[in-house]
Amino acid sequence: MTRTFVTIDGNEAAAYVAHKTNEVIAIYPITPSSPMGEWADQWSAENKVNIWGTTPLVQEMQAEGGAAGAVHGALQTGALTTTFTASQGLLLMIPNMYKIAGELTSTVFHIAARSLAAQGLSIFGDHSDVMAARSAGWAMLFANSVQEVMDFALITQAATLQARVPFLHVFDGFRTSHEVMKVEQLSDADIHAMIDDDLVRSHRARGLSPDRPVLRGTAQNPDVYFQARETVNPFYLAVPGIVQEKMDHFAGLSGRSYKLFDYVGAADADRVIVLMGSGAETAEETVNHLVAQGEKVGVVKVRLYRPFSGVHLLAALPASVRVLAALDRTKEPGATGEPLYQDIVTAVMEGMAEGAAPFAKLPRIIGGRYGLSSKEFTPAMIKGIFDEMKKPHPKNHFTIGIDDDVTFTSLAYDPDFGIEARGTVRALFWGLGADGTVGANKNSIKIIGEETPNYAQGYFVYDSKKSGARTISHLRFGPHPIHRAYLIHTANFVAVHQFGFLERYDVLADAEPGATVLLNAPFPPDEVWDALPRPVQRQIIAKKLKLYAIDAYRVAQETGMGVRINTIMQTCFFAISGVLPREEAIAEIKKAIYKTYGKRGEAVVQKNYDAVDATLAHLHPIALPDRAGSLLELPPVVPAEAPPFVQQVTAMMLAGRGDELPVSALPVDGTYPTGTTQWEKRNIALEAPVWDPEVCIQCGKCVLVCPHAVIRSKVVGEEALAAAPAGFLTAPARWKELPDLRYTLQVAVEDCTGCALCVEVCPAKNKRMVGRKAINMAPQLPQRSQGRVHWAFFRDLPDFPRHDGLTFNNVKNVQLLEPLFEFSGACAGCGETPYVKLLSQLFGDRAIIANATGCSSIYGGNLPTTPWTVNKEGRGPAWSNSLFEDNAEFGFGMRLTLDKQGEYARDLIVRLGDLIPPELAAALLAAEQSDEAGIAAQRARVAQLKSLLEAKRLAHPAPDLQPLISDLLSLADVLVKRSVWIVGGDGWAYDIGYGGLDHVLAQGRDVNVLVLDTEVYSNTGGQASKATPLGAVAKFAAGGKPTVKKDLGRMAMNYGYVYVAQVAMGANDAHTVRAFLEAESYDGPSLIIAYSHCIAHGINMAKGLEQQKLAMQTGYWPLYRFDPRRQAEGQNPLQLDAGQPKLPLSDYIYHEARYRMLLQSNPDVAKRFLDEAQAAINQHWQTYERLASEA
Amino acid sequence: MTDLTTTYMGMTLKNPIVPSASPLSYTLAGMRQLEDAGAAAVVMHSLFEEQILQESHHLDHYLHYGIESYAEALNYFPEQSSYSIGPDEYLNLIAAAQRALDIPIIASLNGVSSGGWVKYAQYIEQAGADGLELNIYYIPTDPAMTGAAVEEMYVNVVRDVRQSISIPLAVKISPYFSATANICYRLAAHGANALVLFNRFYQPDFDLEQLEVAPHLVLSTPFAMRVALRWVAILYGRVQADYAITNGVRSSVDVLKAIMAGANVAMMASELLEHGLRRIGEIEQEMRAWMEAHEYESVQMMRGSMSQQHVAEPAAFERANYMKVLRSWRPDPAGVLF
Repeated sequence: MTRTFVTIDGNEAAAYVAHKTNEVIAIYPITPSSPMGEWADQWSAENKVNIWGTTPLVQEMQAEGGAAGAVHGALQTGALTTTFTASQGLLLMIPNMYKIAGELTSTVFHIAARSLAAQGLSIFGDHSDVMAARSAGWAMLFANSVQEVMDFALITQAATLQARVPFLHVFDGFRTSHEVMKVEQLSDADIHAMIDDDLVRSHRARGLSPDRPVLRGTAQNPDVYFQARETVNPFYLAVPGIVQEKMDHFAGLSGRSYKLFDYVGAADADRVIVLMGSGAETAEETVNHLVAQGEKVGVVKVRLYRPFSGVHLLAALPASVRVLAALDRTKEPGATGEPLYQDIVTAVMEGMAEGAAPFAKLPRIIGGRYGLSSKEFTPAMIKGIFDEMKKPHPKNHFTIGIDDDVTFTSLAYDPDFGIEARGTVRALFWGLGADGTVGANKNSIKIIGEETPNYAQGYFVYDSKKSGARTISHLRFGPHPIHRAYLIHTANFVAVHQFGFLERYDVLADAEPGATVLLNAPFPPDEVWDALPRPVQRQIIAKKLKLYAIDAYRVAQETGMGVRINTIMQTCFFAISGVLPREEAIAEIKKAIYKTYGKRGEAVVQKNYDAVDATLAHLHPIALPDRAGSLLELPPVVPAEAPPFVQQVTAMMLAGRGDELPVSALPVDGTYPTGTTQWEKRNIALEAPVWDPEVCIQCGKCVLVCPHAVIRSKVVGEEALAAAPAGFLTAPARWKELPDLRYTLQVAVEDCTGCALCVEVCPAKNKRMVGRKAINMAPQLPQRSQGRVHWAFFRDLPDFPRHDGLTFNNVKNVQLLEPLFEFSGACAGCGETPYVKLLSQLFGDRAIIANATGCSSIYGGNLPTTPWTVNKEGRGPAWSNSLFEDNAEFGFGMRLTLDKQGEYARDLIVRLGDLIPPELAAALLAAEQSDEAGIAAQRARVAQLKSLLEAKRLAHPAPDLQPLISDLLSLADVLVKRSVWIVGGDGWAYDIGYGGLDHVLAQGRDVNVLVLDTEVYSNTGGQASKATPLGAVAKFAAGGKPTVKKDLGRMAMNYGYVYVAQVAMGANDAHTVRAFLEAESYDGPSLIIAYSHCIAHGINMAKGLEQQKLAMQTGYWPLYRFDPRRQAEGQNPLQLDAGQPKLPLSDYIYHEARYRMLLQSNPDVAKRFLDEAQAAINQHWQTYERLASEA
Repeated sequence: MTDLTTTYMGMTLKNPIVPSASPLSYTLAGMRQLEDAGAAAVVMHSLFEEQILQESHHLDHYLHYGIESYAEALNYFPEQSSYSIGPDEYLNLIAAAQRALDIPIIASLNGVSSGGWVKYAQYIEQAGADGLELNIYYIPTDPAMTGAAVEEMYVNVVRDVRQSISIPLAVKISPYFSATANICYRLAAHGANALVLFNRFYQPDFDLEQLEVAPHLVLSTPFAMRVALRWVAILYGRVQADYAITNGVRSSVDVLKAIMAGANVAMMASELLEHGLRRIGEIEQEMRAWMEAHEYESVQMMRGSMSQQHVAEPAAFERANYMKVLRSWRPDPAGVLF
């Protein structure tokens, strides 16, 4: 049978089989499994059919728990049903998984296994999630490579139908789910040959039907539950046999043979390691290498982990084994060992006890942990484990791949040991997200994988930032199948697509001697060498690297490619590497261009063709001198004045050397210092704003909207400017309350992302040149050194006092409040962060923030550096992230603590009445804290109280008072008003967290909820939420969302006692400020829904605020405030703060690709959606108008 | 019975009233309404090459923007199976109109590149248009560009397109040429079957409050027609081509003037946009009434009757007329000069 080879990743491989073998698919996004749902949704939107010729019904749910419930229901009514998930998502499915297994239901869940959030969240791969689900009664089959993912997706589906035991089909998140690999695609005939239609019909027949009614899901009592629980045993006992039978059947079809436990290695091995997942691929390669060198080693690749068949394991092991090492990619603190270790111990001990084991003597069994959160697992580490196993007393419960200098679990190994094959091309590409490097490399893999007999593998490492992100592509090509699930550390080709990386990263560290280096350099060929930093020159000479250079940005500009150098660098790679003959390579690149971009129009194809054709003339070999003469040295990663933690820990992560940090360097409980982004000068903007004080009207709008808090202003006295550096600009302050002061506005050019929102929002035009404003973009590089000096001086200038002279209730005054959220890794032009920053300005020095998982938790809390910071008094927001689904409850818990502690503190003041002056006690208890002055006064009282109590405590008070004094000292700070904020996106508030949010709002306590509404799950790549508007294309709504956006605000208003505001900074910034102040001042629950333009809208981000305005002007996003306090005054609580819609909806939506895409792909549907959406908006507006006008 | 038939681009039309390129022809339904209202032919709204290019580049940009940067969000949109980018929608409309309408369909092409003109002209011919109007809208802002170079560009475009298609070809140009007669002659010599005089340049306005250049559409006025009226009258009989007068045709009198100057058809859009399609029928009736009253048997009889060649005072179209007009000025009776 002829099958095609395809170059795909693990997620696509799993989704391909799942879509072919199911009727209903319930989905929900979670990294790294989201692409499986996206593929399924897209294929169904394209009416692709399963093997029975019908298109699977794909349904997004509100949470993984909801997906599991929907799956359970669909299964119980007889549909072939599946879902995809990972990590916390799998944990949310566990309750249903018990039910599904208990009811002996055939299904397969496909899991891209991922770490669980513990001391910190991690999106990367390990087995923590599936191990947490291992007791639910599901069979678990582990696939180790992309090919195995495709194969096992089918084997599990076939097995579950026969066994009636549900299966988790597990593969490693990212390492396998995102690894692009050339694999053989199963045909429909293959799939049908494995799936027994009679078993499908049996599954259907077990479904609930009123025509043959049964009851399933009883409540059972002590008399029968236990026995009933044991009824399933025969089914579990049968599973290993069934799986092996399906594997054998599959081998007959495909030629790929699998066993429940596959042994690889010496027949007389004395040391064998046992593991599962992608690490087994590397272990197999390493074992083969070591055996060839005479080592007696082997590896058992565990396929079927549950039900665990000890008999099959023992049968797979050579009798000669002396030491067994079980490797777990998970951690179970407090256990006697990790799960696989325990299973191996049990199986061997039982085998020995029953005489079923092949060993003459009980082998020594050790267990170890490796690869948590996609930590590298290399041949060197595997050899290190085998070396340890040689020792008379090998370490048990070890770790490998880290330096545990606290409890000394880690094994030593030689990091220079490697087994890369000579005939393999190993290429590393350093790029920026924006330059298209990864996309081009994915194309290259496809070209080589599908157009040549070579095997190809690609794996991509991304940055932790969303703007200016670095990418490193690891590509291997060769004549033999590739089983190397680890990064390339000995590259024979290194491409550096960004010249600036040479100063920041050791990009040539992994280049092997004699390797070829391709550099994108913005210089003529004869100037390239001198432009290299000295350490780079030294490495090139020492390793005898071959250097080529091209000014790719110039070629891109000349061919209309803008900043995308993807096809240019790709052409260079093929030209230099010789993987294909040049002409053939260029023809294939063009073919790939047409395939990728053809449907986007001829013009796009042509500009890419032009770029390819123009490339080779600009590619030059660079002659190497015999010594490094450059005067350029690498700058320090962080400045010398950074605090010790930043110097010793953060800087290592920033330099890409976080793997070298020992255990002792890291906080034990996930607690990190704030304010660390200030030490990471990323310099990612090509242009940064320049202030023109003569034109400026000091309105503060640019300061307000700057997403990264790089534009700030201060008002100071002349004396403060005495030592101002040259060129430091100021102007007379335009506040009538502040005569004789100077105003200055400064830009942190090194932290700017160049988004230009500031320029767009600036209302002041230069009267001599109306195209220029009070703030204008200019090239960043020339501003850099002076900007650094100006910024340092500016930061040291005194801040305007919060409680003296001005009321911070308008945009102009708010600009003077120091932001306590700065330089985040959010996208350039982010629509969320201006609101977050405003929160930090208004309330940050007394705020506690519960942040739902999502964009805001990532740009707010992703290491290495975090943006929440402190003011000069050391106060600032205290921030934490619990989960995605529970954020309202999490923040509510914080409120409960504050309420309880406040109550106790006030009680203590009364109880310690003899020690505290009555006037101080009375003032503390009755403090008015509705404004900054009141808060400052209360802070002073608390300081006085603490000082007084401290003195009393030292004066040896009566024993019964001592604990009361100590308690009040520990609680006194809560007497200053705290501001609890519950922050998250629409995925949380509208979907997964809605139940909790609703409950928290209903309780009436003083919490402030800020919903950053981007109308999609932005962080996971733009999946539809219930906030997604009708007619917008999003992932999971590939054909356009057919239903209107949920009206969250109105639902909250129904309680009558919840403050609700809908705001859009770009539509009315003064309204936004007012709403924030009102919400915070309301002594009850408050909800602010903030329009947040987003990269997932497909807009020019510099025009985001304009889009917000259009949203308001069309009536799509009416601004309003619902203030329950007004009711007490006999007023309507609802104030509609926007005028009548004056533009048609089309004037707003068709600026956005999310709508235009549908117009271009399915204009009839787009037109229908537009009409429906316009009608819905009209009705929505009328409703609000009526509500606001009621007496 | 007064005969209103005329010929244009080799086609016989039932009257000389042709709706020019405008939003009225955006849809098949719109074109049907024009036919039902009495239009003799339809010039479709323009296919703008840069619009196609822009759509293509924008789609590509936004599908690329921000992708492959962050591990959790490797892209932001589901790829659609196909996009209707390019001239497909326009071409489909031509084909549909051709099937549904009895009157001739003249497509309109507004291009920016030499290759684009030829390629899209061929597409339009293949889609079944009865004729093609090239709308050459070019503002030569480069101080280094000579008038000769501009003219050469126009001529080359017309020549290339003429060589690539066989359907009748009209060329719509602006009035801003140093030697209008010469350029018209050259365009006709290189294959233009008809000349459409003149293109409207939508002049930008200034918004003094916002300090912005504020382009906005102003409907044409009858006065605007006089430039074309003069040039058609001058060119009629001298440069062998059909003529259409456009820009400022608002009434039956305007249509009659156009024909008398030498135009084969008068094109209108502003009048229809402002007062509705019924104006076509009204103008036709008014023309008939006027012609009957003035004993004109046919449009053919009337055509060119007031062209420069046929008027008693040819200098009226030249400098002499200019002086006469200037001298005719009299102050306002109230004594107010401005």
